[in-house]
Amino acid sequence: METLLNDFSPGLFVVSTILLLALIALMIKFAWKPILNSLEERESGINNALEAADNARKEMQNLQSDNEQLVKEAREERDAMLKDAREIKEKMISEAKEEAKGVATTLIENAQASIEQEKQAALAEIKKSVAELSIGIAESVIKRELASKEDQLQLVEGILKDVTLN
Amino acid sequence: MKIAQKSIKFLTIVAIALFSISGYAVDSDKNQDPQKDGGQVNTKTEVEEYILHHIKDSHDFSLFSYTSDSRERKHFGFPLPVILWSSEGLVTFMSSEFHHNDDGHVIVEKDGLKFAKIHSKIYELDSDAATVAFDDTHHATNAHKVLDFSITKSAFGLILIGALMLLWFSKLARQYKTKKVPTGFGRILEPLVLYVRDEIARPNIGEKHYRRFTGYLLTVFFFIWILNLAGLTPLGFNVTGQLAVTACLAIFTLVIYTVSGTKGYWMHMIWMPGVPFLIRPVLAIIELAGALVIKPFSLLVRLFANISAGHIVVMSLIAIMFTLQESLGVVGATGLSLLLSFFITLIEVLVAFLQAYIFTMLSALFIGMAVDDHKHH
Repeated sequence: METLLNDFSPGLFVVSTILLLALIALMIKFAWKPILNSLEERESGINNALEAADNARKEMQNLQSDNEQLVKEAREERDAMLKDAREIKEKMISEAKEEAKGVATTLIENAQASIEQEKQAALAEIKKSVAELSIGIAESVIKRELASKEDQLQLVEGILKDVTLN
Repeated sequence: MKIAQKSIKFLTIVAIALFSISGYAVDSDKNQDPQKDGGQVNTKTEVEEYILHHIKDSHDFSLFSYTSDSRERKHFGFPLPVILWSSEGLVTFMSSEFHHNDDGHVIVEKDGLKFAKIHSKIYELDSDAATVAFDDTHHATNAHKVLDFSITKSAFGLILIGALMLLWFSKLARQYKTKKVPTGFGRILEPLVLYVRDEIARPNIGEKHYRRFTGYLLTVFFFIWILNLAGLTPLGFNVTGQLAVTACLAIFTLVIYTVSGTKGYWMHMIWMPGVPFLIRPVLAIIELAGALVIKPFSLLVRLFANISAGHIVVMSLIAIMFTLQESLGVVGATGLSLLLSFFITLIEVLVAFLQAYIFTMLSALFIGMAVDDHKHH
């Protein structure tokens, strides 16, 4: 203990106190303060960057799911449109068929009607011609006043030869 | 360009180093017996004396000494200023005036006062004395110690390492202005700064208060660590093995935790709640003694003792080279000495860090106890 106290130099104690106080003050001012401030700044910067990256990733995920939703909706819409189109097509075809059938029926009916009409008209004309012919024959027969039966028959045949039924 | 700058820097440093040695150094003392003090070290007692001399502070910076062919003792190193507060006031001269004498034989006369250096301490002789007289226990009878504010080897080391720290860390601080991540040597320093902040200051003082004390803790940590390491170099600093320096550091910590102690801290010390009234004064005495005496004393003695012991062990192992020469032979003694001192030096490198860590850690712990809110009781 005595040697320890003997070794203790009060002069060096004073000198080192002054020097150390100066060193601590200078180090705090010129080194530690700027260093610690920059380190803290950098750390908060890193934290912010990490947070921002996290947020961006979340946003990306949201966007992706949105996109998927959109694609799904678009596909559904396309399917519906295709289905509609097919329906419309079938409808149009059947409608067209229906209409064509209607038109054809009317045309046939009309044709039949006009054929009938023509037929009636032709029959009427034939009837009229037959009547007129009969009357003409009767008239010529009456006019010649033929006595014999053979003469009469010859006459009729002659007339009938003249008349060509056309 | 960069390489050129670096080599210029390096050359400058080398030039300064060489100049400082050759410029200041080589002063020989012819009038001294080379076998005596400051001379060759061969025997056991000489080794012991040399080691004890080394762990003390010294007034000049000597790198090595040798005996020339003409039996002159030559010292390599440079003198340091001696600043004394004598009976007549301030006296200054260079330590070279003692001519490396350490037993009071060289008397320096300055301003009509006579000074002698005995075992690294400077004595002022009584006005009528011409030489120092010693009693049986080798105490000077006609001289007394003076207050010695010299820039001793320790003070010089302190300034040197302080300047180095300022240079390194202010450079690191400047680097952050231009870039986010430091380059070069700063890349080594930054994790150390982070280590002290995150592993010592923050957990021991607490998230709320640690910012105020981190500057002090960082300074103390790097100061002790670098000086401990410098003590292991052949420069032979023993700054952190000086009681005056460790006392100074311990008192700084004491002042900091005493000044920043909260009301709760003092209340727990002086009038401990939750214990019987009669015991409180007894506890107060114990607590006060613990906080004001035991804590700083343990800090200062731990650092001083560890570093001094390290120096003594390393030097003793180196001395095996001489002391065991007779029994082991030159090669055996040298080999054993090199092997042992190599391994103990490795351990000392670890101790250098460990002691810096422990001092800083305990300082942080004591400060943390003082600024704690004491709400958990």
